[in-house]
Amino acid sequence: MSSADLAHGRDLASEGKLAPERDGPRDTGLDDDSLDRWLARTWQTAPGIIGALSTVDHKIVARRYLITAFVFLCLGGLNAVAMRVQLSGPERGLIGPDLYNQLFTMHGVTMMFLFAVPIVQASGIYLVPLMVGTRNIAFPRLVAFSFWIFLSGGMFAWVSFALNMAPDVGWFAYVPLSGPEFGPGKRADVWAQMITYTEVSALAVAVATIVTVLKQRAPGMSLDKIPLYVWAMLVTSFVVVFAMPAVMIASTFLILDRLVGTHIFNPAEGGDALLFQHLFWFFGHPEVYIIFLPATGMVSSIIAAFARRPVFGYLGLVLSLIAVGFLSFGLWVHHMFTTGLPKLGASFFTASSMLIAIPNGLQIFCWLATLWDGRPIIRTPLLFVFGFFFIFVAGGLTGVMLASVPLDLQVHDTYFVVAHFHYVLIGGSVFPLLGAAYFWFPKITGRMMNERLGRWHFWLAFIGFNAAFFPMHIVGIWGMPRRVYTYPAELGWGDINLFITAGAVVLFVSFALFTINLVHSALRGAPAGNNPWNAGTLDWATSSPPASYNFARIPVVTHVEPLWAERGTLPVATGLRVDARELVISTVAEAHPDVREKSPTPSIWPLFAALAVGGTFLYSIFSPWAVVWGAGPIAITLVGWFWPRGSAEDEE
Amino acid sequence: MNRGLPLLVFAMLAIAGCQREERDTRPLSALGSGEQPTPVTALAPGGERPSPSNNKAAAFEANAFHLSQGKRLFNWFNCSGCHANGGGGMGPALMDEKWIYGGSIESIHATIRDGRPNGMPSFRNRVPNDQIWELAAFVRSLSGKVPSSAAPGRDDDMMVHPSENRLPNAATLGKSP
Amino acid sequence: MRRLVWVMCGAASILLLSGCSGWQSALDPKGPAAGELAWLIWFFTALCTVVWLLVMTVLLMTLIRRARPIGDPLVLDATSERHKTRIVFAALGATAVILIGLTLLSFFANRTLAAIGSDAALTIRVTGHQWWWEVRYENSQPNRILTTANEIHIPAGEPVRFILTSTDVIHSFWVPNLAGKLDLIPGHENVLDLKADKPGVYRGQCAEFCGAQHANMSTFVIAEPRPVFEAWLNDQLRPAVPPASPEAKAGHDLFLKRPCVMCHKIGGTIAGGTVAPDLTHVASRQTLAAGTLAMSRGNLAAWIADPQGIKPGAHMPVVDLNGDELNAIVAYLEGLR
Repeated sequence: MSSADLAHGRDLASEGKLAPERDGPRDTGLDDDSLDRWLARTWQTAPGIIGALSTVDHKIVARRYLITAFVFLCLGGLNAVAMRVQLSGPERGLIGPDLYNQLFTMHGVTMMFLFAVPIVQASGIYLVPLMVGTRNIAFPRLVAFSFWIFLSGGMFAWVSFALNMAPDVGWFAYVPLSGPEFGPGKRADVWAQMITYTEVSALAVAVATIVTVLKQRAPGMSLDKIPLYVWAMLVTSFVVVFAMPAVMIASTFLILDRLVGTHIFNPAEGGDALLFQHLFWFFGHPEVYIIFLPATGMVSSIIAAFARRPVFGYLGLVLSLIAVGFLSFGLWVHHMFTTGLPKLGASFFTASSMLIAIPNGLQIFCWLATLWDGRPIIRTPLLFVFGFFFIFVAGGLTGVMLASVPLDLQVHDTYFVVAHFHYVLIGGSVFPLLGAAYFWFPKITGRMMNERLGRWHFWLAFIGFNAAFFPMHIVGIWGMPRRVYTYPAELGWGDINLFITAGAVVLFVSFALFTINLVHSALRGAPAGNNPWNAGTLDWATSSPPASYNFARIPVVTHVEPLWAERGTLPVATGLRVDARELVISTVAEAHPDVREKSPTPSIWPLFAALAVGGTFLYSIFSPWAVVWGAGPIAITLVGWFWPRGSAEDEE
Repeated sequence: MNRGLPLLVFAMLAIAGCQREERDTRPLSALGSGEQPTPVTALAPGGERPSPSNNKAAAFEANAFHLSQGKRLFNWFNCSGCHANGGGGMGPALMDEKWIYGGSIESIHATIRDGRPNGMPSFRNRVPNDQIWELAAFVRSLSGKVPSSAAPGRDDDMMVHPSENRLPNAATLGKSP
Repeated sequence: MRRLVWVMCGAASILLLSGCSGWQSALDPKGPAAGELAWLIWFFTALCTVVWLLVMTVLLMTLIRRARPIGDPLVLDATSERHKTRIVFAALGATAVILIGLTLLSFFANRTLAAIGSDAALTIRVTGHQWWWEVRYENSQPNRILTTANEIHIPAGEPVRFILTSTDVIHSFWVPNLAGKLDLIPGHENVLDLKADKPGVYRGQCAEFCGAQHANMSTFVIAEPRPVFEAWLNDQLRPAVPPASPEAKAGHDLFLKRPCVMCHKIGGTIAGGTVAPDLTHVASRQTLAAGTLAMSRGNLAAWIADPQGIKPGAHMPVVDLNGDELNAIVAYLEGLR
C-alpha cells in the first residue's frame, strides 16, 4: 500500500475507538518502509529449530497442516489402489481378509479424519485471517497445539498399520464387531483413540476459527460483508463443535467397554448395540457437511473471481449454509434404515433428508446464475469447479434416492452407496479443494501452478473418477455388498470391477501428476503478483506469499468484495502498536473496532502439551490409569503454556 | 547411531506388536502337529515340570487373537459345565493360583489333551491341537497370568466375573500389603 | 466437451445393459417386495437423470453463451438480477415439489411393503452367526420344528415371515431378488416379510460388515411349489440316514470320535453341537460353507482338509486327518441326504 492510502485512513486512536497508550511506537506516523521493518521484527518466526517448533504464525501452521494432510491423502489413496487391485477380478488371492479389512478401514479413517477434515480446517487456518483482514488467527497457540495433536494421531494410526494392529472394523466400527468379545487385540482401541486425537485437534481449530470470524474482522466488515468462504468456515466450525462430542462419547464408551469392562453396548446386561450407531451417526452425518461446506465456500470464491461479479444471491447462500448446518443434525437415521426402526419414524427421516436437498439446490442455482452473467476464462480452478458441478449434482441426486427408506433397503451397504458418497465427497469436496489448490497456490507460494499440467490433471482426474465410481452404482444394484474382499465369479461382477480398477489407476495417476505439478511449480513456477486472478477479497490484498504480519495496515471494509469496490487503494485503519503483536478486536455484528488485543507470542509449550496429551492417549489404549498418570504432565505443560509474562493484557 | 536408534525402537515395537496382534488362523499347521509326550512320572504332580521350550507356547501364550479364540471355545465346548466360568465347581477353579498339574501353558495343554485323574477327560482327538493351545492360553488368562494388553475383554453376555484383561494376577493376590 | 459426451454415452450404455444382468440383481425382481422396489429404483433414477441433465444443460449454456464483457464487476443490471431471482425461486419451488412427491412416493411404497406379510402362514427364524446362517422353521408342535443352515426353502407364491436376530455381531439378511435387506442385531428381533412369485433359487448375501469372512456369507432362498416344499420339510424332519457302505460307517464312527462332534449336530446320532451348521441333511443342500463352494465330494473333502485356506478366519478348524480318514468322513457326509 502506498502512503496515499493514508488519505483514506481512519486513525482509530484519534477517533477515540482505541485509547492511546503512552508506551510503544504506533503505526500512525510511520512511513511504509520503517513500518514494514517494525512489523517484520515483531511478528517474525524465530530462526532455528526451536523457533520453527514454537511458531504461532497461522500461515506456517496451516502450511504444515496442508502438507501433512496431503501426505495422508496419498497414503489413503495407496490403500484404495491396493483394494482395487484385489477386487479387479473374482476370487483373487493377492490380499487376504485380515489385511483387506485393515486396508479399507485405514482408507476410510485416513480419508475422513486425517485428510478431509484437517485439510478443510487447514485451508481455513490459512485463509480466514487473511480474508477477514487480521494479523493472526485467534488462539494461535491452540492452533499450533492442534497441529501437533493431529500429527501424532495420524502417526499413531499409521504406525499401528505398519505393526499389523490397524483397526479392521470399518471406519464406523460398529459394536459388537469392534467390541471386547469380537475385536481381540488393540485394533479397535487404535480406532477409538485415533478418533480422540483427531477430534481434539478439530475442536481446537473450530474454536479458533469461530473466534477469529466473530471478533477479529477488519473494521467495517459487518455480517453482510463477510466473504462466503468465511461464512462457510464459520458454519462448519459450529457444526464441528456440536457434532464431534457425539463421536468422542461413542469412542470413549467403546474403549470403556473394551478396557474397563463396562456393559454400555452389551444387550445381555441392558446395553444396546444400536446406541453406538445413533451416537456415531449423530456425528457421522454432520461430518460429511463439515467436509462439504468449506468446499462450497471455495466454489463461491472461485466462481466470483472467474465470473467477474459478486456471487448471485449472497443472502440466499448464507442462509442455505446455515440451514444445511442445522439440518445436518436431523438426518442421521438415514444411515440406519435397515436396522428395523419403526416405519413411521424412519419416514420422518426420509422427509428431513429430502429437505436438506433444498438449501443445497439453492446453492447450485445461485452459482449457475452467477456464471450465467460471466464470461469466464477457463483456467484450471474453474475446470475443477465445473467438474464439481458435474459430479456433485449426480451424487446429490443419488443421495435423494438413498433418503427414501424403501429404496435404501435395496442399495444400503452396497457399492451403490460407495459410489454415492465418493460422488459427493470427491465431487463435492476434493474437486473444489483441487480447484482451490490451483486458485490459492500463487498466494501461498508466490508462484503460479503450471496450467498445462493442471489441465492434464483435471481431465485425467475427471475421467478416472467417473470411470472408477460411476460403474459402482450399477454393480451395487446388481447386488455387490460393500467391504467384501472377494466375490465369486458366477455373479458376473468381474468385468465391471476390472473397469473400475482401471479407472482408479487413472485417478491415481492424475494425483501423481498433481504432486509433480505442486513440486515443480513451487520451485520453478512463474512468479505471481499479489492478485493474479483479479479477485475481490482481502486475501488478495496482501503480498504473495503474505508477510508474517499479513497486513501492514489493517484495511477498512466497505463492500463484500473490497478490492473491487476500492480501485487500487484500500482505506486503512491505523493506531496499532508496532513493537508488540496487536490485533483489532471488533464487534460481532457491525465489526466496529472495539479494543486492541495482544496476540500470543511464539511458544514451545503447545508442542510439549501435545506430547503430553498424545502420550496420555497412547497409554490409554493399554490402561485406564493413563488418564490419572497423564494428568500430571499435561498440567505441567499447561502451566508453562499459560504462565503470565507480566505484560499488560487488554487495553481498553 | 542417531538414525539407528529410532529404527531400533521401531523394530522392537514391531516385534512386540506383531506377537500380540498376529492372526494366524492356520498356526504352524505346516510344521506338523507339534506333539509332545506327556511325562508319566508320578513325581510332584503339582510342581512346574521342566518343559522343552516350544514355539507353540510362544506363538499362543500372549497372542490376543488366540486368547479370544480360546475364550470362544471355552464357552462353545462347555468347559464351564465343570469349571463354572473359572470359578470351579465339579472341577477345580481356574482363577486362583493353585495348579495341581502346573500352570505353564504346556502343562495346561497337556491337561486338556490327555486328561487328568478324577474327572478331567482327554480331548486328544476331540479338539484339534491348535485349539487346545488356544484353550490353554485362555485358561491362563483367567488367573491373570497373561499381559492385560493381550487378554480378552468382557463378553457380550451376563457378567460372571471381571473381564480377563481386568483380572488381577492370582499369584500376587493377597500378598501385597 | 466431446470427452464429456463420450463419458455420458458410456454411462448410459452401461445403464442400459444393467437390465439384463441378474442372479443377485435388485433390478431382477422375483417377488412383490422387490418388484415394488425395482419400480421405485427405476422411477427415482429416471427422475434424477432428468434433473441432472437439466442442470448440466444450464451449465453448458453458461459456457456457450457469450455474455457481455464485464467492465466493472460491481455494476449489475437490476432487471437482469430480478429476472434471475425469479428463475432461482421457480427452480427452488420445482425442487421442493419434486422432493415432496418423492417423499410421498417412498412413504406409500413403505406401506405396500408392510402389507405383504400380513397373512403369513410360515415363520422362519434366521439367526446370524460368524459366518453362516442358522435357519429354524417355527412350529407349534415341537417335533415339527426344523433347524437347518444356509439354505432356506420356502413355498412359492405365499408370504413368509422371517424373524431375524443374531448371536454374535450384526449381520444383514439380503436377498435382492425378493426383498430389501434387514439387519440381524444381537438383542433385537427384526421382522421381514417376503414372497417369491415363482419357484426358483435366489441368492442372498450378508450386507453388514461382520468380520473376516463377511464376503463369504451367502444364503440361498429356494422357492418351491407347496407340495414340493412340504415333502422337503417332512424329509428334513427325519433323522439322518444311517451310513450305507462300510466306508461311510467308518466315517460315521470317525465323525463321532473326532473334533467334528464338538460343534456339529447330526440328528439321530450323539453329535449334538449347536454352534456350527446342522449337518443332518447336509448333502441335500446345494452349497457348502454358506454358499462358498458347490456341494460335491471333492469340495467336501477340500473344505474339511483346509477350511482356513478357503475361508481364512472362519471358525471351522484345521483337523488333523489322514487321507483314509478324510475319505471316510466325506463318504459319510455325502450320504446325509
